[in-house]
Amino acid sequence: MADPDFTGLSCPAPLRDHPQVVLGHGGGGALTHELVTHVFRRAFSDPLLDSLGDAAVLDVAAQLPPGGQLAVSTDSHVVRPLFFPGGSIGDLAVNGTVNDLAMSGARPLVLTAGFILEEGLPVGDLVRVAEAMAAAARAAGVRIVAGDTKVVERGRGDGVYVTTAGIGVVPPGVAIDPAGIRPGDVVLASGTLGDHGMAIMSVREGLAFESTIISDSVPLHGLVAAMLAACPTIRMLRDPTRGGAAAALNEIATLAGVGIEIDERSIPVRPPVAAACEILGLDPLLVANEGKLLAIVPAEGAAAVLAAMRRLAQGRDAVAIGRVVAAHPRLVVMRTAIGATRVVPMPIGEQLPRIC
Amino acid sequence: MKHLAEYRDADTAGRLAADIRLLVTRPWAIMEVCGGQTHSIIRNGIDQLLPAEVEMIHGPGCPVCVTPLEVIDRALEIAGRPDVLFCSFGDMLRVPGSRGDLFRVKAAGGDVRVVYSPLDAVRLAREHRDREVVFLAIGFETTAPASALAVKLARAEGLRNFSMLVSHVLVPPAIAAIMRSPGTRVDAFLAAGHVCSVMGTRQYAPLAARLRVPIVVTGFEPLDLLVGIRAAVAQLEAGRHELENAFPRAVTERGNEPAQAVIAEVFAPVDRAWRGIGTIPGSGWRLSDAYREFDAEARFGVADIATAESALCRSGEVLKGAIKPRQCPAFGRECTPRTPLGATMVSSEGACAAHYHYGRIHG
Repeated sequence: MADPDFTGLSCPAPLRDHPQVVLGHGGGGALTHELVTHVFRRAFSDPLLDSLGDAAVLDVAAQLPPGGQLAVSTDSHVVRPLFFPGGSIGDLAVNGTVNDLAMSGARPLVLTAGFILEEGLPVGDLVRVAEAMAAAARAAGVRIVAGDTKVVERGRGDGVYVTTAGIGVVPPGVAIDPAGIRPGDVVLASGTLGDHGMAIMSVREGLAFESTIISDSVPLHGLVAAMLAACPTIRMLRDPTRGGAAAALNEIATLAGVGIEIDERSIPVRPPVAAACEILGLDPLLVANEGKLLAIVPAEGAAAVLAAMRRLAQGRDAVAIGRVVAAHPRLVVMRTAIGATRVVPMPIGEQLPRIC
Repeated sequence: MKHLAEYRDADTAGRLAADIRLLVTRPWAIMEVCGGQTHSIIRNGIDQLLPAEVEMIHGPGCPVCVTPLEVIDRALEIAGRPDVLFCSFGDMLRVPGSRGDLFRVKAAGGDVRVVYSPLDAVRLAREHRDREVVFLAIGFETTAPASALAVKLARAEGLRNFSMLVSHVLVPPAIAAIMRSPGTRVDAFLAAGHVCSVMGTRQYAPLAARLRVPIVVTGFEPLDLLVGIRAAVAQLEAGRHELENAFPRAVTERGNEPAQAVIAEVFAPVDRAWRGIGTIPGSGWRLSDAYREFDAEARFGVADIATAESALCRSGEVLKGAIKPRQCPAFGRECTPRTPLGATMVSSEGACAAHYHYGRIHG
């Protein structure tokens, strides 16, 4: 008797018709494979990803000039809602890690992406997230070369969590070092503060304002490259994400053991963001940004850096907001609009809306 | 935003401060009643513009600060129950009770939600009919109308799963209690503009006459505060003690009468304990007898929870203006915004927290 022929056999259960993520999508079997093929590989379309090896193998030598260094960073993203005016968790996942790399002066090369999906997540939403990541990666000139997917039970996640890790190249000669910070150095902001946090909060809390507040999520490494070209001795760069500018400036002051003095009137805040902060009793200095940076630059280079920043879209509204001082080490002090001074504290935890 | 910039103009602020310097001939202590005013004074550095003779004393007007410990403990007890969805204004979540705060209840599995309006709590009650939805109703006369409306709405919709833990407080009895307390240093009051926009100014004229103290209804922007302070100093220097409305763009003599009517229907006056101060007769509102069925204390049987305050904390004296935050031995040591012993260190409007955050460079 001839051996039975299984080659024409296929399971009648349609694998791709799940409109929502099911636990099996994280099981490592056919469902996982389908999700990877139809969602991630299609969106990210990278030959390294298509090789489906356990690791992406990179030819670093070709990318790394003599004296250059590798920068590595990782960032996890949890945000509710997943989609908001100006972006989505997909944009944040790419730009977050790209910007973390950029703050060390690095040009990002590749990213990896880990997804934790909640059972029940509409597959259509996941496709939108993946496409947003792909678009953000293209805009940033970075490849997504490896990934992983897990699924947790319904009720044990917030739809999707995305963790990205990235590798970038720091060109030779770039040494961003807070140890070089001196009194007299200038504090620059690349643009308006508080946009991202208030965009999220106004959607999350169902607060409607006259004009929609748009998240500022963008990649910043191009801006950083232009700044470094204008002044290679930039002391420090920080992207003021969680905790806002207040946390970033306090970190810098503590790290360098210096005082920082900023001027309230020079801090750029869009009118709708300022109005939303007033209504909720929040301080724009404490609100998150996703496409802005703060820079400490030597006084003699400040004008050139500002000019270079303003030539690019990401730095169009760049301004000097303050300076490094020898007085009050490790404190950030603000000259208020009416000409008095106050300390800008390190935020403790969540900013809480005030009662009245 | 145009209006914000107008009331924060540095040149006008400088001119008002110069007026005050010209007026003042001797030391005066002025208490701003409202926590929002304290916040604005410290955040903008208004006290630094004033002459040394004018001392601002931060009053008991932060509702978060004066909510008694036992109310927090009752809130913690209710919020920890598995059948309860507990709603609160955001800054109450970090206020320490004697066994942690609402954040910890939330972390331990309690369903605690921040709402911006009591009406959001009613909506949650509508959406979760199988859960007990409880709103922590705190605040002065400013927030009371919204609380009252929420209760009325819940009744109209037949939401039997909605209730309220009420700890509303009133400004005029607090002003009277401060003036009558031994050793008070207050020479004049800035009354809270928001409260007066609801209640009007009628209650304050007899109070100023009876207590022989100037009361100036004042707003919250830097220039509003400086105008209020200037009016108070002018009265003090002239030996007058009258009610004055320095916030006429928001406050009228009669106030918001529909809001007053809904308060009168839903709430009734009650003696209320103020954290760190003690019980002040007639200084709070409870649910009126007609609305008692919405009382969370009765529904959850927590009315008998009573709690003692930290022995180290001197927030009561801070609230009465008897000492400055820095004069408390625990300030900045045992008691910081991360480890608050008393509520004045908790809210961003609390006098101790404001000093801790914003005052450090001025010693």
